[in-house]
Amino acid sequence: MERKIRLIVAKPGLDGHDRGAKVIARGLRDAGFEVIYTGLHQTPDDIVQSVIQEDPDALLLSILSGAHPVLFPEITKKLHENGVDDVLVLGGGIIPEEDVPALKEAGVSEVFGPGTKIQEIADYIRANLKR
Amino acid sequence: MTENTKESLNKKILEETERWINTTVAQSLKKVPERKRNFKTLSNIPVKALYTPVDIGNLDYFDDLGFPGEYPYLRGAQATSYRARFWTMRQFAGLGTAKETNQRFKYLIQNGQTGLSVAFHLPTIYGYESGSPMSAGEIGKEGVAIDTLADMEVVFDGIDLSKISTSMTINAPASILLAMYIAVGEKKGVPMEKLTGTIQNDILKEYQAQKSYIFPPEPSMRLIVDTIEFCTNHVPKWNTISISGYHIREAGSTAVQELAFTLANGFAYVEAGMARGLNVDDFAPRLSFFFNAHNNFFEEIAKYRAARRIWARHMKEIYHAKDPRSWRLRFHTQTAGVSLTAQEPYNNIIRVTLQALAAVLGGTQSLHTNSFDEALALPSEEAVKIALRTQQIIAHESGAADVIDPLGGSYYVEWLTNQMEAEAEKYFEHIKKLGNGSMLQGAYVGIKNNFYQREIANASYQYQKEIETKELVQVSVNEFKIEEELDKKPEILKISEHVAEKQIQNLQKVKSERDNARAQECLQTLREKAKTNENLMPYILDAVKAYCSVGEIVDVFREVFGVYREDSIF
Amino acid sequence: MQMQYSDDLIQSYIDLIKQKEDSVKKKRALARLITLIENGGPEIAQKIIPQIYNLTGHAKIIGITGAPGSGKSTLTSQIADHYLEQGLKVSVIAVDPTSPFSGGALLGDRIRMKKNFTNPRFFIRSMANRGQLGGLAMATKDVIHVLDAYHSDIIIIETVGVGQSEIDIFKSAHTTLVITPPGLGDEIQAIKAGLMEITDIFVVNKMDRDGADKRVAELQTMLDFAENIEIKNDQTQAKVVRCDGWRPPVIKTNGVTGENVPLLLENIKKHQEFLNQTGFIKKRLQFRYKHYIVEILKYFLVKNVEEIVFTNEKINEFIEKILSHEQGADPYSISGAIMEIFRDRYFS
Ligand SMILES: Nc1nc2c(ncn2[C@@H]2O[C@H](COP(=O)(O)OP(=O)(O)O)[C@@H](O)[C@H]2O)c(=O)[nH]1
Ligand SMILES: [Mg+2]
Repeated sequence: MERKIRLIVAKPGLDGHDRGAKVIARGLRDAGFEVIYTGLHQTPDDIVQSVIQEDPDALLLSILSGAHPVLFPEITKKLHENGVDDVLVLGGGIIPEEDVPALKEAGVSEVFGPGTKIQEIADYIRANLKR
Repeated sequence: MTENTKESLNKKILEETERWINTTVAQSLKKVPERKRNFKTLSNIPVKALYTPVDIGNLDYFDDLGFPGEYPYLRGAQATSYRARFWTMRQFAGLGTAKETNQRFKYLIQNGQTGLSVAFHLPTIYGYESGSPMSAGEIGKEGVAIDTLADMEVVFDGIDLSKISTSMTINAPASILLAMYIAVGEKKGVPMEKLTGTIQNDILKEYQAQKSYIFPPEPSMRLIVDTIEFCTNHVPKWNTISISGYHIREAGSTAVQELAFTLANGFAYVEAGMARGLNVDDFAPRLSFFFNAHNNFFEEIAKYRAARRIWARHMKEIYHAKDPRSWRLRFHTQTAGVSLTAQEPYNNIIRVTLQALAAVLGGTQSLHTNSFDEALALPSEEAVKIALRTQQIIAHESGAADVIDPLGGSYYVEWLTNQMEAEAEKYFEHIKKLGNGSMLQGAYVGIKNNFYQREIANASYQYQKEIETKELVQVSVNEFKIEEELDKKPEILKISEHVAEKQIQNLQKVKSERDNARAQECLQTLREKAKTNENLMPYILDAVKAYCSVGEIVDVFREVFGVYREDSIF
Repeated sequence: MQMQYSDDLIQSYIDLIKQKEDSVKKKRALARLITLIENGGPEIAQKIIPQIYNLTGHAKIIGITGAPGSGKSTLTSQIADHYLEQGLKVSVIAVDPTSPFSGGALLGDRIRMKKNFTNPRFFIRSMANRGQLGGLAMATKDVIHVLDAYHSDIIIIETVGVGQSEIDIFKSAHTTLVITPPGLGDEIQAIKAGLMEITDIFVVNKMDRDGADKRVAELQTMLDFAENIEIKNDQTQAKVVRCDGWRPPVIKTNGVTGENVPLLLENIKKHQEFLNQTGFIKKRLQFRYKHYIVEILKYFLVKNVEEIVFTNEKINEFIEKILSHEQGADPYSISGAIMEIFRDRYFS
């Protein structure tokens, strides 16, 4: 039996547009993942604590407000400081292409824009697990 | 036509339709079958190949359609519609610092825009000061950073408030931003009686869809009724709530849900105002609506028309409003942000055009057209200009604005309008049941039970699945995809992180220069008054004039009212 | 894609959770051990539990069960709040169902416990029940031991609230709370068969709703009735641990506002005192470990039996007898004969 893959879907920052995050959480459930949905308005510390306790294979972050250049690196930095280096971090939302290199530099493995198929995300996760 | 001849005519049409299906259509289908097994609107209303007078056989022209500017307002809110004046072309703006927003406003006014629309950055929307850790990364991003009255003064510098109407997209702290606007007016010598504009101030849809709530529903509603009461008495030309379906739709609802939840929220506000002891005709005329314009062209048009008729009927028959202005639903429209694609972004210009045309054919009072680059980032100046030009071309070149309700009488559109009204009524029944007969209580219960949230999430999940299975086609996303990258990427706007630093410094400066004892005194009074039933507007006005920040005022309310936390729908 | 963990690595996690001082590292080690048990089952657990067992026995284990939506997570959060305020270390396992269609799961309990996310004395872990077959019942017992060894003072287990899990929880908990809000059906039938016997405390959550008092009265009537009859047909073997002299109290609560949660805590305390004073605690623990052992044995016996049947030469003699239709050599009789051999060898 294939090992179950656990994911956290979280929304850092203030924006309340959780349509995408919810659709993705549900879609990934239907693709066979175990998805922990931690909801809106999560601070970087909240997210890092969830990751530490839930020990997921991947963390999916969604931001639509433009706060990603600050918040994504803040989260990856805190994960690293806490010794969490084997969790795949993915970003989604409205993220201009020219921001992507800096986010990848900061430890976000891939960024999925609007219009990404859930299957694409599922395939990416399965292919890029860090453990 | 007597009933008898009408009946026999309908019978004939039915027979003939059947004949047509069995002969002409059947022969055609043998050669080329239909593209899909089922045709339906985005709200899952199945649609037939053809509509005939039989489908609207029960319509009574006078009761169900009537004339523009008259009950039941199906054909339009105003008698002359766009033959007298076009809709207000209102583009949402607000970015970075107050100064940048001020410049953008002046640019838009120069280009012929007739109403201002302010977007605020998220820390203002949630009542956090720019320096708060919760504001990290968000400063100046989705709108202008407003901490104190000083910022507001800069936003409207050099703009004559007596000549312009201003719409402010703000909800939980709406009373505070309205107070700031009044204070700016006062400083410029424009008394509040003369101010025109709108605050969104629609908290119910925040819990249901957009999620920028702060306090629990009941104290939030108290603040709203405070603004309604205050404006009724002192700012009579101000639209006190813009009851918004836009965000419900953006959160993934269907058109029917947008229609039903928005109007149900409208009824809830009416009940709340009446519960305060206000006369319905004293405040209902100042309620306005805000709808989305999405992709299914005719369904959108039917939605706007149905909204007008539903509102008129309920206001007259259930809430016993006497003033025709209370029956008349006026609305602003914005094209659907969610329909924009990041792939081949220039295609969005065409999407926006069709959506805008639907809004115009549906009789909107004002319109915001999205910029084509919004799925990529904040809109650039060039994209904003094209969006405005889209409206101007529809207005001046297409002829669509020359006849009132030009689709009235269309068998399909009238049928669909009826259909949407009937579907909405089903939702009203449900919400009323949740509230034991009260739409207001029903709204509270539905929010706390996640009724709305679940309905919307289910609809959005279905939509996504239909896209993934290509049941719904999104051009250049799931069909007609070109794999190679386009070289031509639009210029996009970036807000520099320096804005944050500057804004935090500004706030510190304002706080160090204000009469701090006075500011603290105002906050203390506010704290005490918040615990009573008194209308808070006068005290909020005092506090903003003393340069208390939005964050400080909201903190006082957090302390007294508590904060709301959303449950998961999962 | 199986995770590979060396024994050394597992050892290092175990060493970490044994440390007295709390640290992020310790929390991570705990989280990782739980992951290992969840994915590796008894094969992994047998490397972990023997090393930590002597550190266990301290934690008070509270089981919370009730239909989905009854307010288990909300109440768990409230209960945790109170214990945290008392300076205790609280760990929560929240179980949600696995979708039978996709095998995936949406775990949303954590969101209800937002308030304490960052409290260093708090730990929550969401688990999918993996359709029972995944062996959650057993993994839960293992994980409880790991949390106990981690020096948790309180361990709260929120069940999915459907099927057997609801009943099974009492085999692990010191105190089992059954949540029955009003409005989930007017009748007493809302209390599922079997639940009555395992309940230590009834909680009528959502006391703000109509019908709460009615529900309390119904439960009291049921309890009156139950005191006078003997439990027959006891599928759950709950009788063994039924404590004469303890009538389950019925407490109304409001999970959202926290009203009456202190009263609930008082009753939990009373129940635990009762167990200790009457010595029932011992009976419960005996019962609990019997079940634990049954599950471990089942797993290893099945595994051993399969191994033996398929690899041991001696079995072939028996198989031959079956094939030649020898007198008294049918699959049942032969299996019986093999069982005899096992029993003689191990339990006589
Ligand atoms: N009215 C009311 N609602 C409650 C109460 N306790 C919980 N809820 C709500 O009931 C719903 C389900 O709660 P949850 O804790 O998720 O239930 P679970 O599925 O048993 O874990 C949530 O919307 C809670 O806010 C209560 O005492 N009164
Ligand atoms: Mg739960």
